[in-house]
Amino acid sequence: MAESLLSLRINGEAVSTAAPSHWTLLEVLRYRLDLIGSKQGCDKGDCGACTVQINGEPVLACLTLAATAQRGEVRTVEGLSWAPEASQGCHPLQDAFDRWDAAQCGFCTPGILMAAEALLRKRAAVVTRDEVREALAGNLCRCTGYTKIIDAVVDASEVVFGQRGDESTDDSAQQTGS
Amino acid sequence: MSSSEPPPNVPVTPHVGKALPHESAVGHVTGAAHYTDDLLPRYADALHAWPVQSPHAHARLSQAAIDDAAALAIEGVVTVLTVADVPGANEVGPVAHDEALFPEEVMHCGQAVAWVLGETLEAAKLGAAAVVVDYEPLPAITTMRQAIAAESFLTEALVIESGDSGDVEAALAAAPHTLEGELEIGGQEHFYLETQAAIACWDEAGEVFVHSSTQHPSETQEVVARVLGLHRNRVTCQSLRMGGAFGGKEVQANPVAAVAALGAHKTGRPVRVRYDRQLDMTMTGKRHPFLARYRAGYDGDGRIVAFDLQLYSDGGYSLDLSKAIMFRALFHCDNCYRIPNLRVVGRVLRTHKTSQTAFRGFGGPQGMVAGEDMLARVAQAVGKPAHEVRALNFYAEGDRTPYGQLVRDAERIPRIWSGLMGSADFEARRAAVAEFNASHPHEKRGLAITPVKFGISFTTSFLNQAGALVLVYQDGSVQVNHGGTEMGQGLHTKMLQIAADGLGVTLDQVRLMPTRTDKVPNTSATAASSGSDLNGAAVERACAQIRERMAEVAGRRLQVPPMDLRFAGGRVFPFWCAPGHPDHGASSLGFVELAQQAYLERVSLFAAGYYRTPAIHYDEAAGRGKPFHYFAYGAAVSEVEVDGFTGQFVLRRVDILHDVGSSISPLIDRGQIEGGFIQGMGWLTSEELIWAEDGRLATRGASTYKLPTLGECPEAFHVELLPMAAEPAVVKGSKAVGEPPFMLAISVREALREAVAAFAAESNAAPVELGCPSTPEAVYWAIEGVREGRAKQVSAAE
Ligand code: FES
Ligand code: FES
Repeated sequence: MAESLLSLRINGEAVSTAAPSHWTLLEVLRYRLDLIGSKQGCDKGDCGACTVQINGEPVLACLTLAATAQRGEVRTVEGLSWAPEASQGCHPLQDAFDRWDAAQCGFCTPGILMAAEALLRKRAAVVTRDEVREALAGNLCRCTGYTKIIDAVVDASEVVFGQRGDESTDDSAQQTGS
Repeated sequence: MSSSEPPPNVPVTPHVGKALPHESAVGHVTGAAHYTDDLLPRYADALHAWPVQSPHAHARLSQAAIDDAAALAIEGVVTVLTVADVPGANEVGPVAHDEALFPEEVMHCGQAVAWVLGETLEAAKLGAAAVVVDYEPLPAITTMRQAIAAESFLTEALVIESGDSGDVEAALAAAPHTLEGELEIGGQEHFYLETQAAIACWDEAGEVFVHSSTQHPSETQEVVARVLGLHRNRVTCQSLRMGGAFGGKEVQANPVAAVAALGAHKTGRPVRVRYDRQLDMTMTGKRHPFLARYRAGYDGDGRIVAFDLQLYSDGGYSLDLSKAIMFRALFHCDNCYRIPNLRVVGRVLRTHKTSQTAFRGFGGPQGMVAGEDMLARVAQAVGKPAHEVRALNFYAEGDRTPYGQLVRDAERIPRIWSGLMGSADFEARRAAVAEFNASHPHEKRGLAITPVKFGISFTTSFLNQAGALVLVYQDGSVQVNHGGTEMGQGLHTKMLQIAADGLGVTLDQVRLMPTRTDKVPNTSATAASSGSDLNGAAVERACAQIRERMAEVAGRRLQVPPMDLRFAGGRVFPFWCAPGHPDHGASSLGFVELAQQAYLERVSLFAAGYYRTPAIHYDEAAGRGKPFHYFAYGAAVSEVEVDGFTGQFVLRRVDILHDVGSSISPLIDRGQIEGGFIQGMGWLTSEELIWAEDGRLATRGASTYKLPTLGECPEAFHVELLPMAAEPAVVKGSKAVGEPPFMLAISVREALREAVAAFAAESNAAPVELGCPSTPEAVYWAIEGVREGRAKQVSAAE
């Protein structure tokens, strides 16, 4: 099959690889670049597990031709920890997902994080539960029942933009668990 | 090894009972957690497999006549697997050996008849499209009613019958009132986010190694060995972690692994099989659709005196686990209610569909929905609130189920019930709902409370066993292997907590290993909610043996009787010198130092733990026994608001009180309750499988099959764990939590029934005929029914 050369910017780095010209960004990430954090849940735009960001906008990597992604700055879950707002290599969203146990099997998590991160960056404020519902409407999770995902995203926005600053202690997790 | 309970270690600050995040939490959020198909980059020359799928639901074909010439001519197509390549048995059925891997008789639409291996996935797909198969179509049975008419059965009739008055017919005849009902209950697609996947490779020693997304590595190993004609000691299966499973990978992962292993056998190269979503939906089994027909006898207060229930399940084309699933439906039709005269007869139907399989609850939910449907109709018939009629019929301490098992801790049912009614403010909200309904002709609200009693254990008694292998290294680090698989339910987290407390070390000293058949053999599936009960006990026992041996060594060093030593926080000390005691430092020993010392003294630092659930048995013929170790209880209150023009509804609020015993991991248990409830709600209110008349599955993706999304989540969701609920017969006093909460969602359907009933004219006492799943469409038709009094009147014998 005819392969063409792709020049992409992914997580702040220039990468080039050859891949069939009809391949999606998801295929190139997973099968050429070994960036397996973005998941294949449905291959047709129904589940959101493959969500990455291009120029800060959440997009479905399974519906994006890799060739068209060359024009933008791609960010995947592997690049989340290097974000400027990250403290000690861990994004507040990642930290909140861990504290709230918002991932069970974790398969939906990378996509949800990328969609949620875009929401927090755009809103640049503490978000409401309804805003989270809307921003993540395209992401399926079969395990959690979503409640803890909403909790975690709201919590992360409070850590970043709210009064609480950095002292996101374990209290919140303890409270949910008590 | 001894089968008596090991002496417990009493850590000062135990890990068990703490709200800890998932063992793989960091991997999940960084993308570093690998799932089976993520391992593909490690196999540079892996081949990709794609099936040739039958377009017919039922057809004959000749494997020998499959024409692969055109496929092989395609660049990148390496080979086509047919029955001729099978060195062992062409058979992958789990219980009855009735599933051909390469069939000569196609039994469902979408069934794989051959597999193409390609250098790329594209090549394999193109190759599969080019394979020519000559099908001779045969008549197909595609609905339950057709199957009943054709007497197409996969099992004999399974029966449980019990009665105070000896005979259900007589009890029905003598009952003050009777009614009858019929209900079709829909199936459910698992829709684990990670589809079925396996990678197999053949190693230099002539062994097959299979990475499989399986809940049951031992059976996957067995099926691979069967197909390859090998002993099991030449097949190793590893289940790293799964992106959800819910029962769908209990047996249905086996053919996936078998194809990968067979391809590796034929080509000598690694072979990867990964279903895409459409393959997964068209090739794998689902929750069984059921048909329930019943008659109930009751008195004027709504007390049930007799219940005669007939259940049919749509088993699809082969037996799979359908018989055990039907048994669990029989065991759960009573739910929390004492029914003095009961006969339930279940039969599995054979249809030309995917072979329906395990799914969270395993038939229990279908049986329970039928029972609750009956209760709701009785309540309506006697004109009393449903919650009162339910409570009137509760089991009391000392009662036995229809199959003869004592309902131990039956007092928890009313305790949960009244506790939840209080915390959910049930009575006041009932009044508020009535007030709302009186002033809103086009929207109605419904409020309902329903209970759950769910039996824990595999009902196939011999499956209730588990093993663990715990290894302590000289540097004090620990590896824990056990037979259970991690599918997101948090099993590994709980095992980590138990192991850390068992050895008195910190969590970061313990590593949970991927589940492999060469570490713990002959394991049971991680299923029936029993993963942590069984494996937890095995892990605890393994740790206890190591601890006892290490205590001997420490006792000599510290000049203290070994039995007086405690292991905690990575140190070993006499119980009177706990951390904080001034002498603690001087009179204690580090776990690391002790591990080294034990090695030098030639003391073994590894142990196997084994556990079997005591005293469970069931006699199928008699319909009597004690199939369950214990029951888990819970209840939920749901409030809905329904739009009378469209049938659309919103779930306004949910309150749950659930019994998890003494929770090992409260954060994880809450997650199981929330997730189970929403999944149950999806089954009962939005997920609808539709098969076309010719047997094709019409709903083959999330675009046509409506899963719950964030939008369907209740606006308010309160989950509480029942306090003071230790279960003495289970490791750490805990209770299983995987399945029971699923059935709490019956409260949503019952709330919808209440709302629908509120659309009826005062005078119209026709029962609510609410389809199941109770989708907005079904709710709409139910409203139309009660509005026009069109619902058929049931025979109210008097
Ligand atoms: S894999 Fe892209 S949306 Fe599902
Ligand atoms: S955590 Fe399993 S799908 Fe979301």
